Amino acid sequence: MSAGGQTRGRAKTIRHVGFLRHGGFRWLFVALVLCFGAVWGYQRFEPDPPSGGSWYGYGLGTVAALMILWLAYLGVRKRSITPGTWTLKGWVSAHVYLGMALALIATLHTAFQFGWNLHTLFYGLMLLVIASGLVGVILYVAMPRVLSANRAELTERQMLEQIEALDQQLHEAALPLSSEAAAAVRGSIRNSPIGGLHGRCGTARAVSIIERLRRGPVPDAGLDAVAGLLNKKSGALARARRHARIKAVLQAWLYIHVPATFAVLAAMVAHIVAVFFYA
Amino acid sequence: MAILGSGPAGLSAAAHAAALGLSHVLLEKTDHLSDTIYRYQKGKHVMATPSQLVLRADLDFTAGKREAVLDTWNAGTTAAGVNVRLNAEVRAVEGEAGDFTITLANGDVVHAQTLVLAIGTQGNPNLMRCEGANLPHVQYQLDDPGAYMDEHITVVGTGDAGIENALGLIADPALCNVVSILNRSADFAKAKDANVKLLNEARDSGRLQVLTEASTSRIEEGWITVERPDGEIRFRCDRVIARMGSQPPRKFIEAMGVEFTSEAPGAFPKLSPTFESTKRGIYVIGALAGYPLIKHCMNQGHDVVEYIAGNTRLRPADEPIIEAKLAGLPKGRSVDEWLEHIRQSVEILRGLSPLQMREFLLDAEVRAWPAGEAIFHKNAIGSSLFGIVEGTVLVEVNPADPAITVPIAAGSIFGEVGLISGRRRGATVRAGAGAGCICIEIPRIAALKLMGTVDAARETVNRITTERQLLQLFGSGLTAADISGILATAEVRDVRRGEAIIKEGAEGFDIFVIRSGSMVVEKELGGKSIFLRYLPAGSYVGEMALFEDGVRTATVRAAIKSQVVRLEGEGFRRLLEAKPQLARSMREEASARRKINRFIEQKKESFSGVVDMYSSVANFLVTEGLGEATDVLLIDEKLCIGCDNCETACADTHDGLSRLDREAGRTYAHMHVPTSCRHCEAPYCMTDCPPNAIRRGADGEVFIDETCIGCGNCQRNCPYDVIRMDKKPGKKPGLASWLFLGLGPGPGEPDTAWKKKHTSPEAAKVAIKCDMCAGRKGGPACVRACPTGAAIRVSPEQFLSVALMERD
Ligand SMILES: Cc1cc2nc3c(=O)[nH]c(=O)nc-3n(C[C@H](O)[C@H](O)[C@H](O)COP(=O)(O)OP(=O)(O)OC[C@H]3O[C@@H](n4cnc5c(N)ncnc54)[C@H](O)[C@@H]3O)c2cc1C
Ligand code: HEM
Ligand code: SF4
Ligand code: SF4
Ligand code: SF4
Repeated sequence: MSAGGQTRGRAKTIRHVGFLRHGGFRWLFVALVLCFGAVWGYQRFEPDPPSGGSWYGYGLGTVAALMILWLAYLGVRKRSITPGTWTLKGWVSAHVYLGMALALIATLHTAFQFGWNLHTLFYGLMLLVIASGLVGVILYVAMPRVLSANRAELTERQMLEQIEALDQQLHEAALPLSSEAAAAVRGSIRNSPIGGLHGRCGTARAVSIIERLRRGPVPDAGLDAVAGLLNKKSGALARARRHARIKAVLQAWLYIHVPATFAVLAAMVAHIVAVFFYA
Repeated sequence: MAILGSGPAGLSAAAHAAALGLSHVLLEKTDHLSDTIYRYQKGKHVMATPSQLVLRADLDFTAGKREAVLDTWNAGTTAAGVNVRLNAEVRAVEGEAGDFTITLANGDVVHAQTLVLAIGTQGNPNLMRCEGANLPHVQYQLDDPGAYMDEHITVVGTGDAGIENALGLIADPALCNVVSILNRSADFAKAKDANVKLLNEARDSGRLQVLTEASTSRIEEGWITVERPDGEIRFRCDRVIARMGSQPPRKFIEAMGVEFTSEAPGAFPKLSPTFESTKRGIYVIGALAGYPLIKHCMNQGHDVVEYIAGNTRLRPADEPIIEAKLAGLPKGRSVDEWLEHIRQSVEILRGLSPLQMREFLLDAEVRAWPAGEAIFHKNAIGSSLFGIVEGTVLVEVNPADPAITVPIAAGSIFGEVGLISGRRRGATVRAGAGAGCICIEIPRIAALKLMGTVDAARETVNRITTERQLLQLFGSGLTAADISGILATAEVRDVRRGEAIIKEGAEGFDIFVIRSGSMVVEKELGGKSIFLRYLPAGSYVGEMALFEDGVRTATVRAAIKSQVVRLEGEGFRRLLEAKPQLARSMREEASARRKINRFIEQKKESFSGVVDMYSSVANFLVTEGLGEATDVLLIDEKLCIGCDNCETACADTHDGLSRLDREAGRTYAHMHVPTSCRHCEAPYCMTDCPPNAIRRGADGEVFIDETCIGCGNCQRNCPYDVIRMDKKPGKKPGLASWLFLGLGPGPGEPDTAWKKKHTSPEAAKVAIKCDMCAGRKGGPACVRACPTGAAIRVSPEQFLSVALMERD
């Protein structure tokens, strides 16, 4: 019970800093040490001509392979909050900085011997993963405030409900209108997708048709109300579409990063097998 | 014998009376038995808690669906040969024991020697009073909003019930109802924000007509006339649903001559151990007597009839539970003797009747501690109150030297600071030397109930808490004798949210101690009111003027409804003169506070925008409930990528159901307060939980335990809408099976279809809320799972500080 026991131990409150500044740039520091160490060792121990097959080259290769496995493990880590005091923020911070260090370490491992072969393919794929990761980081820094500002306290569901409610009102407001106006409104209700391509958006067309009818010789009084509603709907649609787009952008790079990770893992197995059994 | 009300209590009494062959009549207001349970949601799972209590009734009761429970009772009532009279609403009771005259709503009169009141606490709905109010299409409840089609319906009243009814009626557009809702005033002060928001949305989308400042002046067949500031309007109306709150049954019962324990709204009738009220011949049982669980109600129905039939040896059904509670105490006393001993020993319990004492002990714990053992530690979280039955306890007043202690004697109380403000324990308390001590631990809710029902208990607790709070706050070797002077003139004051206790520029040097709630300190700078500091309960304010010229340098206002103790400045000044050590430490505190103020003032001169931003973010957070929070989830939308990993992690660590809604909630300057529990200092959700299932745990979390009966009261009472009612879905296949074999719904809360398929049909909907991930070493899963560091859980006193200014 609460009475006798002391407060149970809790991890100290997590400081309010983003993943890049996590722990006072601890992982950036680790990554830099790793890089400088690798370069220093390369100059010191690498035989001339350099080769991935030297003992130092093997060493770098092993480190790089382990790092790749560990980097890929983030996919699992992200999805299972196991007990312990680790935080995903710390992992992402380490992932980002060590991932960039990997670029250098792996390059040293290649000993700058490139060719049209499996080994260079593997290297290229790895660089692709790293480059896409870099893009991801830039997006993670730049996009959140855009997402936040666009959503203006609305949730995704509320955005959709807002549009639905406007559709309902449009439906009623269009009942007494001419068949052309009613058809335009129907087009807006039926064909205003949020995701995907909306070049031929029904609402945009309805807006221009209603606008034309309003300028016509005998404008119907009901058109004003419909125009107002369509205006509101265009605003709501634009917001929902921007929301979907920003979220898509925030994830799109992962569609390169993750499949390329699998390719890297496969290529890595091939590379190792090739080196040890066919070299 | 007449039994009023056919809820579980009344039904059980009637069935037992029938079994004993006593002459009886069961009077029920509605046209069916047990109206409260009849009105539960269709298919609701009725729970039979507390499980260790044996059922001692002639009718059967096991946990199950509402329909099954009602069927069992209906059949049982018929089989027992109960003399039931439905549609018999009792309007008045007159006469004395042996000859009561009971008048029914239809004018009929019933005579009885003895009366058993089992009418529950629902009370009567407030009635419409305009012309035509008693037409048959005016109704006071709505059981099934889907039952009406193609009707013009007017809902009267914009409390939560009215709004929920109106929204229910328009939920399915296919039913084509035309719904209007009438509000007497211009705003919707009585309803929850979420409901008002839904209502406004429905109005804006034209699905619902909302008439404000409207009162009904006439109801006719098919029409209603409503008065507005700009004149009367008459419109179509086939049905009126009036939801204007209800009148608690107290007045009706007092008119019979039954006394209540106090004036407080939550008070119950005064009762003897045999449930007899202060009016001889009238017995009170069930929820009305303060026992809100069905099992208690049924047992009491049985027992009261036994008592009335002359059985004096019957032991209450909860005897074994109480016996178990007392098992750890020294031998030699019977249960009754212990109850009496505790009641007589502890000062604040003396005002309880023996029956109340028995009920009280069901909620409380009694324990013996050997000499020297800690009862609680400094900084432990706990909101219970302790009363000393035997022995003494020692309070370690100096954290640096545990040898320095202050004793508290038998009969007194301790632990009261946590009770008042819901914050951490201020000192370690140990059992005194010699034989140790025996104490009764009273959970917060029970203690508040006690203070609400027994005036003497409230006064004692208030006196002791004020004295101790001052001693603890001002420390510096003060003794009770030193502060008795300023205590004599101390005044406890309730402060409304937003009200200022100190105004900048005013004269005065009274000191205020915040007992509960919290305050914000603001200063006029460059024509703007700038936020300086947040003061949680347990701090004091107003001391700066003491050291200056008696002019207030800042305004202090309540962030939420608070309670303060005002200490007269003159008396306090004398105390400071007598106690130089106290003067020194207060001067230091004042200069530390002044330093922060000056820092903000200087910054305001050079970086005006930064300070204004800091101030407005702080104010926003206070209005969003941080003022009463102890731990709150915030999301920095400059970092949040909208991945919802926080929700996923919460669901994965909590029975597959997420306890936070990341997107919902307010945002200001990219600081977002999502819908998630704030672990309030004085949790609203706790106020009306029949099985007392909501408690504060060891990490300060407000959590709901497995005794929840799913009544939904907490969900209605929480102003932040963070409690959901749901069934716990079955277990998902593990991560590996999902990753490699595609089994199960994957991480996070499963979709509705999966949940539906994998939830046992027997599962009951229960209240689900954040438990602050208590007991998890790594802390809140939602925070740990955020990849960018956007999600943080903070306590307001940590967060609402100048550090907020350094936010990038
Ligand atoms: C939504 C909800 C869910 C709940 N779930 C559970 C649960 O799962 N398990 C559990 O143990 N408890 C549950 N409870 C609590 C429980 O239902 C009540 O505490 C219990 O019904 C109280 O019984 P009672 O006999 O004292 O009064 P009630 O059941 O309220 O019965 C009072 C009866 O008296 C009648 N009456 C009132 N005034 C008059 C009058 N003047 N003349 C004649 N008759 C009158 C009423 O019509 C009613 O039928 C729940 C409560 C709610 C609101
Ligand atoms: C070969 C090297 C790398 C591998 C194998 C790798 C692999 C992965 C994997 C498997 C994920 C999990 C994605 C998911 O499941 O959603 C991930 C996420 C991520 N990676 Fe990499 N990565 C590498 C290098 C990098 C680098 C160099 C950067 C940055 C400069 C980077 C930035 C990120 C980021 C920001 C995430 C997203 C984290 C999240 O949203 O939870 N990665 N990476
Ligand atoms: S559930 Fe609501 S009332 Fe209860 S502690 Fe949480 S926020 Fe406060
Ligand atoms: S603290 Fe734990 S229970 Fe509360 S919202 Fe976060 S993950 Fe869920
Ligand atoms: S986990 Fe963090 S980044 Fe993702 S939605 Fe939650 S707060 Fe935003």
